[in-house]
Amino acid sequence: MADIRSNFVGIKSPNPFWLASAPPTDKAYNVERAFREGWGGVVWKTLGEEGPPVVNVNGPRYGAIWGADRRLLGLNNIELITDRDLYLNLREIKQVKKNWPDRALVVSLMVPCEEDAWKAILPLVEETEADGIELNFGCPHGMSERGMGSAVGQVPEYVEMVVRWCKQYTRMPVITKLTPNITDVRKPARAAHAGGTDAVSLINTINSITAVDLDNFAPEPTIDGKGSHGGYCGPAVKPIALNMVAEIARDAETRGLPISGIGGVTTWRDAAEFLALGAGNVQVCTAAMTYGFKIVREMIEGLNNWMDAKGHASLDDVIGRAVPNVTDWQYLNLNYVTKAKIDQDLCIKCGRCHIACEDTSHQAITAMVDGARRFEVIEEECVGCNLCVNVCPVEGCIDMVPLAAGEMDRRTGRVVEADYANWTTHPNNPMKAAAE
Amino acid sequence: MVQRQYEDGIVPGRLSPGDYAQNFADLHPPLEEHEARVEADRCYFCYDAPCMHACPTSIDIPLFIREIATGNPLGSAKTIFDQNILGGMCARVCPTETLCEEACVREAAEGKPVQIGRLQRYATDAAMGEGRQFYGRAAPTGKRVAVVGAGPAGLASAHRLAMHGHDVTVYEARPKSGGLNEYGIAAYKTPENFAQAEVDYVTAIGGIAVEHGKAFGRDLSLSGLAGAFDAVFLAMGLGGVNALRAEGEEAEGVENAVDYIANLRQARDMAQLPIGRRVVVIGGGMTAIDAAVQARLLGAEEVTICYRRGREHMNASEWEQDLAASKGVAIRHWLQPKRVLAEGGKVAAVELEYTQLSGGRLTGTGETLTLKADQVFKAIGQTFEPAVLNGSGVGIALESGRIRVDGEGRTSMPKVWAGGDCIAGGDDLTVSAVAQGRDAAESIHRALMG
Repeated sequence: MADIRSNFVGIKSPNPFWLASAPPTDKAYNVERAFREGWGGVVWKTLGEEGPPVVNVNGPRYGAIWGADRRLLGLNNIELITDRDLYLNLREIKQVKKNWPDRALVVSLMVPCEEDAWKAILPLVEETEADGIELNFGCPHGMSERGMGSAVGQVPEYVEMVVRWCKQYTRMPVITKLTPNITDVRKPARAAHAGGTDAVSLINTINSITAVDLDNFAPEPTIDGKGSHGGYCGPAVKPIALNMVAEIARDAETRGLPISGIGGVTTWRDAAEFLALGAGNVQVCTAAMTYGFKIVREMIEGLNNWMDAKGHASLDDVIGRAVPNVTDWQYLNLNYVTKAKIDQDLCIKCGRCHIACEDTSHQAITAMVDGARRFEVIEEECVGCNLCVNVCPVEGCIDMVPLAAGEMDRRTGRVVEADYANWTTHPNNPMKAAAE
Repeated sequence: MVQRQYEDGIVPGRLSPGDYAQNFADLHPPLEEHEARVEADRCYFCYDAPCMHACPTSIDIPLFIREIATGNPLGSAKTIFDQNILGGMCARVCPTETLCEEACVREAAEGKPVQIGRLQRYATDAAMGEGRQFYGRAAPTGKRVAVVGAGPAGLASAHRLAMHGHDVTVYEARPKSGGLNEYGIAAYKTPENFAQAEVDYVTAIGGIAVEHGKAFGRDLSLSGLAGAFDAVFLAMGLGGVNALRAEGEEAEGVENAVDYIANLRQARDMAQLPIGRRVVVIGGGMTAIDAAVQARLLGAEEVTICYRRGREHMNASEWEQDLAASKGVAIRHWLQPKRVLAEGGKVAAVELEYTQLSGGRLTGTGETLTLKADQVFKAIGQTFEPAVLNGSGVGIALESGRIRVDGEGRTSMPKVWAGGDCIAGGDDLTVSAVAQGRDAAESIHRALMG
């Protein structure tokens, strides 16, 4: 068996699967249930400053998009931070950590962007003997209107400032949670790094309206005829999250900064992909909220099986392995030439590759050959774009086959060169590096 | 409490009342909204979809399914009705397993085609359930067209002709419209009087007068119609039934399956229908299956279909054969009827001879088998009765014993078109009759307005 024990900025957990700060981690009852199912850690739902707790709406908090069979693809929410009393939460955190010493227990925090507010809450958390804190600079709804959450996360200077306070006033590891609702996620990551954060976690949820009720023309979820943008999460956001994780992992300034990967992790495979792009662990919410805590068993087993099959002994063998392969467009090899190839034995003749190519792309797939329905690639027209592969309903039916060096690309009439060559040196590039 | 289950002879009331209701309930219950959406989601929206080509009426199947998937069942229904105004019945009775669903790429992919027939029913039910009409009539043309027969071909042509502004008179020999939809198809495929509901839905467009009890060849002549109308569409179906050509077939208890089914379809109370304890059905087509299955559903203890060739030669689809088997019907192959054995004038048994193919010809082997039977259904095919045409003093060309038509449904006689089971070269399917009626109507329209 592979070793999937995780050590993330000194916080140890039996596996890299943590529950993200969210409704599933709002109280001891839920967290204990999660630990019993095997979750490696939790980030306790965000605590606010002392005083009367926030209040939530009393109507719908969630909206969703689904596949045809109501498979939940994306979820959004307008829930705020914990609406329970601060001291009740702190007492429960302390008790849970005592009951489950081998699990990671990190506490998410969001207080006003003032030094005293942070200075006040940090000792209270420390006293619980929790393993660390996560700074919630992400929530895009509600709290941001009060100058917290993503309102902080969107201003790198604030991020750096708050991180600095936290590092100053606590010995606990600090994880800075980033909002994706920003043009360039590297900026707040660099700021957090500069402030001395131990790690960043991302992504928080994305500003969204899931749907519009066409009977009363109101956005969903609808509260008494009105709606507000909420934070979007679930499988639909994973590609966005993967990119943002990778951007930070390969950035010169933040390279090596530990990352806790969040965003649509639903299966072991999703988790492995985040790890490969540089995440040290992953945090999960929507999948648990959809299926319950038991899904972690699949994640643990699946990750183990995959690592065993591939000979990866520990998480360190996986973490960041894909980062060197993430590059800028300009460095992609323009001498790499592929052509689509359709396996006629697997083809079920739906014709989607043809119509996608014919209507919207390069007219490179036949519909008829010698009077019979048959879909074949016309190499003279194929640019190797991969659209046919993506729209084909049969896995493995269409392959992108690279041409070997020395072969003729029948579209361009050029012989494929063995050497790597990219845009920076391409003759069409007006900015190409001067060779002479 | 089952009173007469094991009584010999042909008797009614073999089952308890609740059994009848259960046995003759919808064969395929309608899809619920969510089921329909999930099933619709399975459709790949193929390019130039094979299912469309397999449909005799060329319904745009991917489009109507996509309209279901997007929550637009009425739009879906219109897509269906544009090509097939009897899409509701076709959804119920089409042998989809040999048409659209056989061609479905998911059949190739995983042996589990999209349930096109049930989706079509879902959409058409939605429109018909709320009486939503999609078509109005064009400005009156002043042209009058006679349609002979109010079956699928006749109704489809009448609707399309009325749509184009022509006035249509439909002559129907039977007391009700619908043809085989009303009198011929198994009850469990079209329960709750759907055939009449559909007739009402189709004729609601207006401009269609139906005269019942008017039999062609008896009350009407072709020359008379051709003289009185601008055009005539013949869609009278098949009036004759093939004989067994077996000794003793005049015995009491030997019946035409089509007559028995027609009677069953009109019965208000299935418990009143007499059925044999041991029933033998001779034939290998859909009528044989329908008769045999319904005999079982009425409480016959043993029902055996005897077909003179092999399973692979049966006109009934494999799916229909499996349905019969699931209902407890035994299907025996390579047996032809030789003699009906009677006792006191009533059928008591059937003597059959084993057959074989030798040199491409079917021959008896000489070996025989006797099956006890108190009722025998003949279901070995129907025939066109040309007397109704030529007896009226008009010559019209036939081919293989049925009316010869060209690609547009024109007969050899000017002003006369034909479609449905009475024409040569057809496949005796409701959906084909609809296509022929529709296409003949377009041809008539072009001819009248040309």
